Amino acid sequence: MNPTLEMQPSISLEVRGLRKSFDGQPVLRDVNLFVEPGEVFVVMGPSGSGKSVLLKHMVGLEVPDAGEIRLNGEILHELGSLSQYRVGMVFQSGALLNSLTVGENVGLYLSEHHLGSSAEIAKIVAQKLKIVGLKDIEHKFPSELSGGMKKRVAIARALVIEPQLMLYDEPTAELDPLMAVVIAREILRLNQTTHSTTIIVSHDRELAFGIADRIAIILEGSILVVGTPDEIRSSSNPLVQSFITASVSKDRIDV
Amino acid sequence: MFHNIGEMLVLFWRTIRAWRNCWSQRRKILDQMFEIGNASLLMACVLSLFLGGVIALQSGPVLRDRGLVSLLGGLVGLSVAKELAPVMISVLIAGRIGSSMAAEIGSMKVYQEVDALRTMNINPTHYLVLPRMVGILVMLPLLVVLAVLSGWFGGALVAANNAEIALSFDGYFNNLRQVVDVNDVLSGLCKSVAFAAVIGVVSCHQGLITQGGPRGIGRSVTKAVVNSIVLILILDYFLTRLLMIFDR
Ligand SMILES: Nc1ncnc2c1ncn2[C@@H]1O[C@H](COP(=O)(O)OP(=O)(O)OP(=O)(O)O)[C@@H](O)[C@H]1O
Ligand SMILES: [Mg+2]
Repeated sequence: MNPTLEMQPSISLEVRGLRKSFDGQPVLRDVNLFVEPGEVFVVMGPSGSGKSVLLKHMVGLEVPDAGEIRLNGEILHELGSLSQYRVGMVFQSGALLNSLTVGENVGLYLSEHHLGSSAEIAKIVAQKLKIVGLKDIEHKFPSELSGGMKKRVAIARALVIEPQLMLYDEPTAELDPLMAVVIAREILRLNQTTHSTTIIVSHDRELAFGIADRIAIILEGSILVVGTPDEIRSSSNPLVQSFITASVSKDRIDV
Repeated sequence: MFHNIGEMLVLFWRTIRAWRNCWSQRRKILDQMFEIGNASLLMACVLSLFLGGVIALQSGPVLRDRGLVSLLGGLVGLSVAKELAPVMISVLIAGRIGSSMAAEIGSMKVYQEVDALRTMNINPTHYLVLPRMVGILVMLPLLVVLAVLSGWFGGALVAANNAEIALSFDGYFNNLRQVVDVNDVLSGLCKSVAFAAVIGVVSCHQGLITQGGPRGIGRSVTKAVVNSIVLILILDYFLTRLLMIFDR
């Protein structure tokens, strides 16, 4: 049996008192979050507010200056304790391995962990690529793809892991509106079929309000507000309102 | 450079402990071996041909003046096998292969590919460092053997063709065979194994600690090459001293 198809219980994620600065410049100041098992949790916030840094802490790629991350109540000190969970992460930049083809990238998890023959892996790879709307590009190299295609390949690569905890950094940022909807549906479907805990960082308000169970808005390194989409929409906080309703229209620009 | 030596030793130790993964990484190991051989075989032989040649050229006339030219084969043979081939080929490989290791791993670090490996639970030491380490540990001594042979040959060519030396091929190689022992070649190979480990560890370590963008990669490459060469030359002295003890 293919061990990747085993269902495993989803996990909760807790962030407590997280602080991080780079070269004396504080990026995260006291972040506290609790993400329920199986929840779709969206983190929104302006550019440079520390969203990507927060996400990296959640998978142990950055070490906190203070505070802790807990997966199912266990402290995530170092990577060692991550290996007992299956975690998928879609990096903002995609982070595909440039020396490998698309097919090898998507199948990397399976081939490195010896989860299946090469024919089986090729089949899973094709199937996951199809989910993100890509076909017959297994033999291309990442440098031959557009930004949005790279992002979709990165999503396919994370889908292969069939993760219990799935983190997306700006999954729809480089996609056209139609593809963004397709990806949003896939994120939801993955969440519903595998009950994976899903954390999404995004500026995409439609995505956030469309699929989130709860939304957090992060501003200058601390959480401004957490709530369901309805609670966020009806928030009386002017910062929240300006962030979620900001829009451009030609006749409103003061010259 | 020296404050990183602790980290490098840790990386080396982790790589050694990962030896069991050699089999599962065999394709990447073979790729690395091919790349090293392909990039450097010809260069190493040509370099060494001239090394042997220049020693013969420098010392041949001096020996002839004193009536000792029959010792030239042994002189060139020993200096190439014990010192020049291992050190010079290692320096060459530090420049060619060390730089590309640091650049490859460094760009993977900068573009978050190493992070991506970690999230997929793929150990970068197994995936990136081990194949490169094994590749260079196997290939460098091999290159050194070939370089020793071509260095000897280069010395013979010069000895036979230079009018001031005029020592026949037979005369040269007869003396070489008398003087040079298998142990002399082996001691050169021992050194080259140590130098290979230095190049592999220093370059992979530099790659993995790369920060920033393209400029950071450039800095890592320079450091990898310079630090490898410096360490090789320092280590060379102490290894020579150590091997002298065993020679007795
Ligand atoms: N490795 C690092 N070294 C130094 N500073 C960093 C590092 N990573 C992030 N930063 C800083 O942390 C801050 C937050 O970065 P982060 O990437 O988390 O922003 P973000 O919220 O994801 O923004 P965006 O929406 O544009 O992706 C930025 O000011 C950035 O300069
Ligand atoms: Mg970001």
